[in-house]
Amino acid sequence: MDITMEQKKQYQKRVEQVCPQTNLLTGCLKAFVVGGLICVLGQMINTWIMNFGADRQLAATWTSISLIFLGSFLTGAGWYDNLGKFAGAGSIIPITGFANGIVSSAIEFKKEGFILGLGAKMFTIAGPVLVYGVLASAIVGLISYFVG
Amino acid sequence: MEFVRAFIVGGLICVVGQILLQRTKLTPARIVVIFVAAGAILTGLGLYQPLVDFAGAGATVPLTGFGYTLAKGAMEEVQSSGILGVFTGPFKAAAGGVGAAILFGYLASVLFNPQSKK
Repeated sequence: MDITMEQKKQYQKRVEQVCPQTNLLTGCLKAFVVGGLICVLGQMINTWIMNFGADRQLAATWTSISLIFLGSFLTGAGWYDNLGKFAGAGSIIPITGFANGIVSSAIEFKKEGFILGLGAKMFTIAGPVLVYGVLASAIVGLISYFVG
Repeated sequence: MEFVRAFIVGGLICVVGQILLQRTKLTPARIVVIFVAAGAILTGLGLYQPLVDFAGAGATVPLTGFGYTLAKGAMEEVQSSGILGVFTGPFKAAAGGVGAAILFGYLASVLFNPQSKK
């Protein structure tokens, strides 16, 4: 039996009804606000630490450490994943999302043991980030060595 | 004012990620890898440092900023210790963040258990 164009259209309509596509504008707005606010929090920590006389690099490192701490423990408590459902990339792209990737995969595979479960699986998402980040920056360093 | 700049630039970087998430078939894992690599490459081209100077945490907190830290470390170490810097630079620069990620990540994973699905 041939499927008519009319049936195809009806099916398409039904699909759109059953699983509504997240509106791009809404998604971007949520990502913008949440991602922006996480950066503001980072800026607040950064400014606060620089008040103690830390230089820029030291303050940036402390900021990363603080945000990773927050991301790890909020993930453990189950709050970060709720934020993720709301904010999408707004929670994935900031460094807190990196910590979230580590903890959520580590917790999930904890029952497989502390070595090959927790120990190995904590790098499921963080591993590729480290590998390609180090690879790209090593290439940048190599080029800068020859270019000067 | 520095908070407004951090908010806008950091927010916009996340919006780029959101567009990739919704309009392409890229998985979140691929997107974060692309962001880190892009941050490193833009830093190598000298394009990311101005953004960091302008937006502060708005440019360093997103994962592109992690790539920036790695690449900047590599370039600075190459300056001071030659070709060895290619190997040591990225890790030296990112040591704090990576150390925190492993320590806090481990602690949180040990202390908490998977959330029961509602």
